[in-house]
Amino acid sequence: MGDPLSSTPSTGSARAAINTGGAPAYLIASIFGALLFTVATVLSRDPLFQFQGWIFMIGFVLASAALTIGLSSGAFNQAASRYMDNVIKAGVIATMFWGAAGMLVGVIVAAQLTWPNIFYFPDFGFLNFGRIRPLHTSAVIFAFGGNALIATSFWVVQRTCKARLFGGMTAWFVFWGYQLFIVLAGLGYLAGITQGQEYAEPEWLTDLWLTIVWVAYLIVFLGTIWKRQEPHIYVANWFYLAFIITIAILHIFNNLAVPVSLLNHRSYEVWSGVQSAMVQWWYGHNAVGFLLTAGFLAMMYYFIPKRAERPIYSYRLSIVHFWALIFIYIWAGPHHLHYTALPQWTQTLGMTFSIMLWMPSWGGMINGLMTLSGAWDKLRTDPVIRMFVVSLAFYGMSTFEGPVMSIRAVNALSHYTDWGIGHVHSGALGWVGFVTFGSVYCLVPWLWKKDGLYSNKLVEWHFWIATTGILLYITAMWVSGIMEGLMWRAYTPQGFLAYSFIETVAAKHVEFIVRLLGGLMYLSGALIMIYNLIRTVGLPNTQHANHPADALPASAVLAGE
Amino acid sequence: MNYETVAKFAQQGGAVYFFLIFLCGVAYACWPRKRGEFDRAARLPLDEDD
Repeated sequence: MGDPLSSTPSTGSARAAINTGGAPAYLIASIFGALLFTVATVLSRDPLFQFQGWIFMIGFVLASAALTIGLSSGAFNQAASRYMDNVIKAGVIATMFWGAAGMLVGVIVAAQLTWPNIFYFPDFGFLNFGRIRPLHTSAVIFAFGGNALIATSFWVVQRTCKARLFGGMTAWFVFWGYQLFIVLAGLGYLAGITQGQEYAEPEWLTDLWLTIVWVAYLIVFLGTIWKRQEPHIYVANWFYLAFIITIAILHIFNNLAVPVSLLNHRSYEVWSGVQSAMVQWWYGHNAVGFLLTAGFLAMMYYFIPKRAERPIYSYRLSIVHFWALIFIYIWAGPHHLHYTALPQWTQTLGMTFSIMLWMPSWGGMINGLMTLSGAWDKLRTDPVIRMFVVSLAFYGMSTFEGPVMSIRAVNALSHYTDWGIGHVHSGALGWVGFVTFGSVYCLVPWLWKKDGLYSNKLVEWHFWIATTGILLYITAMWVSGIMEGLMWRAYTPQGFLAYSFIETVAAKHVEFIVRLLGGLMYLSGALIMIYNLIRTVGLPNTQHANHPADALPASAVLAGE
Repeated sequence: MNYETVAKFAQQGGAVYFFLIFLCGVAYACWPRKRGEFDRAARLPLDEDD
């Protein structure tokens, strides 16, 4: 069935124009960018601005050099293959690299909390807890998660639309531009550049750069859907599109700010007081809802059916799931601001929508799990399928726990405690991490044209070590969270607080050790995975044709078996 | 037009509006004529050529 779709007519000249993919334009823009930041860095008197300027300069110079070499060697003039896969390969490598880096920083942060005397570095101020905690959160959410989303979305949109990525080199601009954003943000935190807003730490210059990259991402994704050869837009693409558009809107509104000057790194946001808090948590919770949920649900709706070789259990349910999820999530943010200056009805609204979220979340989880009906035996033989199932189990668990914690009375106990940290990590390590690992285990053999992974045994090891690590992590955080919550609210008969703050910290020491162990196990699992993937890439290529479906009669393909 | 009027309109009108939109979504998902398209769409990841 494949060939009629791939032979789109194109004239020789049009093909040449497409194949350089706008590289000359990107070369000119890179040179301009390098010059612009050279001038800005020279003119600025702000050392932190100059620090950012240097990163931009190096980035643009490297891009100019790479584009010049590519253009002069004719590397961009090769005949376009049907799908653009090299940018996805780069995305998979970046995903695993940043994943390991972000998890390692997480382990260091956990060690600092456990033994603040040993892991305090007075000579290296940039390695102190306050600097590297946001480095950890941004690295795992935006660098690991973001790269996974961009890479898988490029794979899924091409395959389900039966169209090559739109925009030539723009997909590569999205990839490298996003890496530059990560480096700017991460090194910026270490240098002390931050807005101090959770998940929105980068300052205005980095924010502007991300906006440009993100709009380019939207154009590539929408353009590919626009030129699709498949009439129906597959549900995974809806989830990806909602993720891309909503993140753009959230990012812009939460970062509306006025820079001190165009040559200063610092800015002041336009919102103030409770409005600032509300916009921040509207942003913050929808970063969870649209980046960490909708985007990864898109992965679920593609990679689970594909891996299990079963159709989606209920496509209708997936449509209701999509619309209910995106309409409800956007209202849930105020549950982060219980017992604050935010009007109580707004808090109640946020809490109500959070509880309503339980339904679409579990609808989606059931849809994913039931997709395995008729293929349950694969749980025994395929550790990647097992990873997907456990990710859905954690999705179900954390989307049940979240609404419970959003109830004002429960929040009175849970808020600001380690229970919140445990909740986030059951979602992040269990759901987001495992669905990403599963998808990458699928993608690497497909992308590098291998028969399978180097070792299923190592996937088993990864699976058990990481699952045990998550369980240690979240149970430790439940215990320490509820304990410190109860200690904070304990009164003596005379009406004084029973415990000083440092007593509540000291009480958590053992739980912190267990949490550190859990994090170390999770990191070890990821390192085993990286080793397995590197060995997989080194395997000999698949011997049979690239289009196995061609070998089957068309009727058999349509019948689906 | 005081605060109470606007708040009441936003809260009650919003509830009705979102419920209607939800019904539209459900109606679209359950539309009988769409069954064939959705059954085919559910298999989309499986019907690829590479």
